[in-house]
Amino acid sequence: MTKRQRIVVVGHGMVGHRFAQAAVERGLTETHDVLVIGEEPRAAYDRVALTSWFGSGSDALSLLPGGEYDNPRVRLVLDSVVTEIDRVARTVTVVSPPSAVDDLLANPGAVTVHEYDVLVLATGAAPFVPPVEGRGKDGCFVYRTIEDLEAIRAASAAATSGVVIGGGLLGLEAANALVQLGLDTHVVEMAPRLMPVQLDGAAGATLVRHIERLGVSVHTGMVTEAILGTHSAGGSSVTGLRLRQAGTEEGAPTQVVDAQVVVFSAGIRPRDALARECDLEVAPRGGVLVDEQCRTADPHVFAIGECAAPGGTMYGLVAPGYAMAEVVVDALLDGPGAFTGADMSTKLKLLGIDVASFGDAFATTDGALELTYADAVAGVYKKLVVSDDGRRLLGGILVGDASAYGVLRPMVSSGLALPDNPEQLILPASSGVQLGMPDEAQVCSCNDVTKADILHAVTEQGCETVADVKQCTRAGSTCGSCVATVKNVIEDHFASVGKVVDKGLCEHFRLTRQELFDVVAVHGYRRFDDIVAAHGTGRGCDVCKPAIASILASQTSTHILEPATAELQDTNDAYLANIQRNGTYSVVPRIPGGEITPDKLIVIGEVARDYGLYTKITGGQRIDLFGARMEQLPEIWRRLVEAGFESGHAYGKSLRTVKSCVGSTWCRFGVQDSVGLAIALELRYRGLRSPHKLKGGVSGCARECAEARGKDFGVIATEKGWNLYVGGNGGATPAHAKLLAGDLSTETLVSYLDRFLMYYVRTADRLQRTSTWIDQLDGGLDRVRSVVVDDSLGLGAELEAEMARHVGGYEDEWRATLEDPSKLARFVTFVNAPDTPDPSIAFTTERDQIQPIAPARIPVGAPA
Amino acid sequence: MTAVAVSLTPVCAVDAVPLEGGVAALVDGSAVAVFRSFDGEVFALSNVDPFSGASVLSRGIVGSRGDAPVVSSPMYKQAFDLRTGACLDDATVRVTTYDVAVVDGVVHVGPTREVA
Repeated sequence: MTKRQRIVVVGHGMVGHRFAQAAVERGLTETHDVLVIGEEPRAAYDRVALTSWFGSGSDALSLLPGGEYDNPRVRLVLDSVVTEIDRVARTVTVVSPPSAVDDLLANPGAVTVHEYDVLVLATGAAPFVPPVEGRGKDGCFVYRTIEDLEAIRAASAAATSGVVIGGGLLGLEAANALVQLGLDTHVVEMAPRLMPVQLDGAAGATLVRHIERLGVSVHTGMVTEAILGTHSAGGSSVTGLRLRQAGTEEGAPTQVVDAQVVVFSAGIRPRDALARECDLEVAPRGGVLVDEQCRTADPHVFAIGECAAPGGTMYGLVAPGYAMAEVVVDALLDGPGAFTGADMSTKLKLLGIDVASFGDAFATTDGALELTYADAVAGVYKKLVVSDDGRRLLGGILVGDASAYGVLRPMVSSGLALPDNPEQLILPASSGVQLGMPDEAQVCSCNDVTKADILHAVTEQGCETVADVKQCTRAGSTCGSCVATVKNVIEDHFASVGKVVDKGLCEHFRLTRQELFDVVAVHGYRRFDDIVAAHGTGRGCDVCKPAIASILASQTSTHILEPATAELQDTNDAYLANIQRNGTYSVVPRIPGGEITPDKLIVIGEVARDYGLYTKITGGQRIDLFGARMEQLPEIWRRLVEAGFESGHAYGKSLRTVKSCVGSTWCRFGVQDSVGLAIALELRYRGLRSPHKLKGGVSGCARECAEARGKDFGVIATEKGWNLYVGGNGGATPAHAKLLAGDLSTETLVSYLDRFLMYYVRTADRLQRTSTWIDQLDGGLDRVRSVVVDDSLGLGAELEAEMARHVGGYEDEWRATLEDPSKLARFVTFVNAPDTPDPSIAFTTERDQIQPIAPARIPVGAPA
Repeated sequence: MTAVAVSLTPVCAVDAVPLEGGVAALVDGSAVAVFRSFDGEVFALSNVDPFSGASVLSRGIVGSRGDAPVVSSPMYKQAFDLRTGACLDDATVRVTTYDVAVVDGVVHVGPTREVA
């Protein structure tokens, strides 16, 4: 057996992370151990979406939320710096500060040396700060890491205006951040237009008009002569900038812009110092020189991402970095992969404005022709660059409306012949999306997913929605710009095979659950008959009847076994218990937060013993009693209700449990009373009927012993309050809940939860859990946050009032059933022999408890 | 009074069977599900769900598929035509049906029915 090889990855940014992921996914970890050394205090996060940190925080950006890899062959060490590479001994020297939370290294706070067989440099790039006078003053920042954003935010608190130096892609992102921080924002760009690398003059001018409308002042064709400031005992802080027209000499007229915050975004430089120090060759403009396999002249050393320069060119986008990571994994598996250049096409939303640039955007190809469309009023500019014969698309620029990007960009890479009237592709009425895209067209450039890959996921892997395809192929999971195209590909496919993507509930209703919910609310319906007569056909089925029963329960708080709704209820709701394989039922009393007194435990034990029930502890911290015959349910519940129990709604599409850890009352690590909150939440939302079952969790500290992030709503205590996570679940497709809002008071937490749950109850599809509901919302979690936290629809008070009505109208379904003889009447097995138990039910004994004996199956087939 | 064949067993008042619902009865030792459709018509089928073997069909949701009045099994949700017992999700499966009549407001279940 060969010895396991050691891979050391220097850098845990997006590309370093992708390398580790690919190593696991492609089986490289079967023969190699991977040690990843990251310099930042946190694991890799989505730098492309950095600006969203202001709204959603670090957790939402994280690419590795747990901070470690599932695979034991991959170890991640953070907050540690590689200071030296010894290519002869094949070692790296790592310095970790004493503060590093680090049990992987033997000696925290010390210098350690690690041997490697393969070294992968993924050190990324650093912002370039031009040598401007005064650039070291307090109030000058760069825009690259979460720490940079934290610092910018802190400085902005006391500032009124800010300047971004650099009007490229990143600079405009930074300007967006300053706008979000409430600063009067300026952008200074030396070139005569914004985004000079991607846009031509007309496109840049269109973009400026958009941006100025947002209140950002744009200064193009200007250089920063000096950063002005005041001097004081504590140092010097920024007060403004002195600008001079580009191309003029010193002494020419200048202009002063007031600012207390300055962000440099004048490009990036590869971080190749480690390579230089160990005598690896770097490209003339920086970047570790590597071949098509991303290998340096030293066969043991690779470089990927922004620190690398394959063939001498450095690529400042994430997609080529991902491609390089995959190429190196392939090379280590003796595969043929090669990096031969990258598509530098860009599509993004800057300050809410669509901007795209792709292919030969500047018409540098011999004989290239340009077709342009501009609508200055609407702020739209579109340009196509076509070959001299007008047959092939070479590139283009789109500003203000980039909806055609998904179709156009693949046409460049595939060389597909243009239609006879190519201008149709950019004219407003164009239905460009209808144009056939070749199968090999790349739809998601971040993750290299082609149209064929998406179709394969749909036809072979059973994917039906964007969310399915995202999970299967990763398409749309990085920058998200291709999601609309992914959706079109899926819908076009279903249309082409004649499958109507019908969102109606069933053959009886063409309406979606959400539409039905609204119809019921608007008309105030209380009976299925009225609803189906006005909005449906036929007499309903096991799909629409329970859905309508659930909607009526959500809106009215009337008992589900009232005559108007009793026959609509699904199997379990119909008998307020969970049917089991032999037709018996299981009984689950509510045990809020999992807290129970010894006396109540004894009652459960006595009931189980007296009725001979099988008992098992559930995953939701309560006790399930199995094997009750239908006619026994009222007797069993009479005893439970007398002892103070109430329905646990284990049978309903409704709130199940709010699981908790023991919290600060007992646990020496706990920072808040998690049990108290879990009980309060479980009692608040008990009985709430919802599109699918709902679970919650509350953890008393960041150790997360309640596994709250595996729940539809999870609450985790912080020193300052509670963090609220939403959209988690276990089951066949586990999902980790994502942060909705942080450091909330209990009061705010409850109001957000009220809104979140009611918004879900109102708008989700039937049997759609919170995670998939969030995924398919236009805007996803951001949309939920804007409705719940920012109250962008003005619905907050209404949603809270609906929840208040639910809370006020709650009654224990079992107690109410026991008090009403007409509801008890249904709990009879044989209508003509009420004292005869079902003779087909039989049990055997296993491990001292009952187990069902499979009923004698009657032969399946037509009776003789 | 209508002449009634001797083998009919009175089971329950017709009002005891909910509209678009069902009850189970014990007829000569066999569990029989009695249903009423929306328009009040009464049907009798074996109560045993052929897919699970459990005696539960009377607890299913009654509705329609196309023109057929159906009950869907509470266990695995297959639909059965109340008129013929035919499973509409699996052409090879059918549950036994029984003669049924309402006499003076009382449901009577008769012998199993042969279906062409």
